[in-house]
Amino acid sequence: MKHRALAALSGSGGVLVVAIAVSALAAHVAGQAPSSPKPLPAAPAKAAAAAPATKKWTLPRTPDGQPDIQGYWTNSTYVPLERPDKVTKATYTPEEFAAVVKEAAAREAEQTEPGTVADVHYDFTQFGLDKSQSAFVKNDLRTSLIVDPPNGKMPPVTPEGQKRAADRAAERRRMGATTDAVQNMPIGTRCLIMAGSGPPMMNAGYNNNYEIVQGPGYVMILVEMIHDVRIIPIDNRAAALPENMRQWMGDSRGHWEGDTLVIETTNLNGKNPFRGSSENMRVTERIARVDADTLSYKFTITDPATWTTPWTAEAPMTKSVGPIFEHACHEGNYGVTNTLAGARLEDKKAAEGAAKKTSN
Amino acid sequence: MRTRFCTATLLAAAAFGVAWGVMPVAGQTAAYRAPRTADGKPNVNGIWQALNEANWDIEGHSAAPGRVVALGAADAVVPGLGIVEGGPLPYLPAALAKKKANFEKRLTLDPEIKCYLPGVPRAMYIPQPFQIVQSTKTIMMAFQYAGAVRTIYMDDHKEAPADSWMGWSNGHWEGETLVIDSTGFNDLSWFDRAGNFHSDALHVVERITPADPDHLTWEATIEDKAVYSRPWKMSMTLYRRKEKGARLLEFRCVEFVEDLIYGHLRKVQK
Repeated sequence: MKHRALAALSGSGGVLVVAIAVSALAAHVAGQAPSSPKPLPAAPAKAAAAAPATKKWTLPRTPDGQPDIQGYWTNSTYVPLERPDKVTKATYTPEEFAAVVKEAAAREAEQTEPGTVADVHYDFTQFGLDKSQSAFVKNDLRTSLIVDPPNGKMPPVTPEGQKRAADRAAERRRMGATTDAVQNMPIGTRCLIMAGSGPPMMNAGYNNNYEIVQGPGYVMILVEMIHDVRIIPIDNRAAALPENMRQWMGDSRGHWEGDTLVIETTNLNGKNPFRGSSENMRVTERIARVDADTLSYKFTITDPATWTTPWTAEAPMTKSVGPIFEHACHEGNYGVTNTLAGARLEDKKAAEGAAKKTSN
Repeated sequence: MRTRFCTATLLAAAAFGVAWGVMPVAGQTAAYRAPRTADGKPNVNGIWQALNEANWDIEGHSAAPGRVVALGAADAVVPGLGIVEGGPLPYLPAALAKKKANFEKRLTLDPEIKCYLPGVPRAMYIPQPFQIVQSTKTIMMAFQYAGAVRTIYMDDHKEAPADSWMGWSNGHWEGETLVIDSTGFNDLSWFDRAGNFHSDALHVVERITPADPDHLTWEATIEDKAVYSRPWKMSMTLYRRKEKGARLLEFRCVEFVEDLIYGHLRKVQK
């Protein structure tokens, strides 16, 4: 928890707690948390979200009879969305997977170089708790999250999708450098929404934690990043939004198919595109509890304006440790102010330098 | 005639009361017994909203000119009786001076203007709906304004690991009443647009009681020794949003305040 809070604070805004950061750092050093990745569970690891646990497990239910999917979960994983080009098989051996994790964890640790300015600013291994140091899905040996198409890659992009990608790139160039104005910066930097908050819910560098709470007629998912809350009405409890009403997280409605929660989302505003999607993307998510510590999470993307066929990925969630601390991103967003102020100072120095040159 | 009418009314009321499980309570004429959740607790699920002017000023206040000349009557202070019991607020002398300074600079200092998290109690009466999702171990309050959220821990009571805008809330049931004890606040949120404020010593105890199927009575005791000479109370009604298909929508306001906060740092001014 303490580490997670620190990740939130140091990630983008730390109004809250320099003092705590310092004391926690001291504790961290004193306790000497492992600097290498946690050991993987002994092989054979079970396939993701498939095999039931060996001992008998019964699906828990809420007092009103829904499958109980409540609790703290994480989809943190080293499995990439798409299968790497050099990989031809669908699943690694446990030894190969251990090597992949080891390599990735080493990369995370090397994001900053000791003794440099960048290192003073941020050190994932000290403050951010990279994936290897927190809960992540350890028993998923697949080489891609995408399960359909079977080659583990997104389907071909339509001409319309290609044109949209080119138009978006041109618009970004037209707007100028990211340091020219806050509106040119990535939406996550601006604390509008994190790219992975979804739907679909996708793991990112850190803070991949979710809290699910079920009330009568609603399932609520709290996304740690920017305290985003998804409130999903079950069984048409809330009317669908009209076509013209668009939201960052769209309009989500759910129903139970047996013990699987199916969530359909439309009415996205297109300002947080998922891998180049259009605003008319439909996301179908399927969540089911498969054992005490695992949620199966599958999503299907249907967006004929972008891809030639729908595609499906599976990104299981594993039990995480709560509680989730407030990620007040915007409120402590000194990063934007400092970045822009620094850039304007550079502009001023450059202008003064040029003026000096001219007068000489 | 009159006597007979009253008797009939009383009998009808009594029958109604029995049918709906209304039980008389000592010192009160009758108390409402809310429908139960599947685990037997008063059911406070729903989309709720305050219908008062406390976000302008939690104390009683008359109408007044607004903060922005160009907005004319649209920004004028809407009069309200206030939600503070008694009054005036028992500010310590230095704190009263700060409150007055806050008021003078409210256009630039009010956290609401910058889309900052509203804190507690302000989240409860900021004029936008919020939704309660009630489970056994956890009760969530999700607010439309700024996507704020409160997690009420019902069985796992801990101290706040660090200060935050929305604080740390532990809850329990006392009969029909949800009691929420909140601490762990930072000193950055305000109570209203008038500059009423608190320190990080803020301690809020809320009592939320269903009054009938569509109303909750909300009471809060505010304690903050760094700002106030004694604890004081607020109370108001929360109304159920009953429109067909009522729901929270996104009020993701950060985007709307970017030019206000960062506009002066643009390379090319608009």
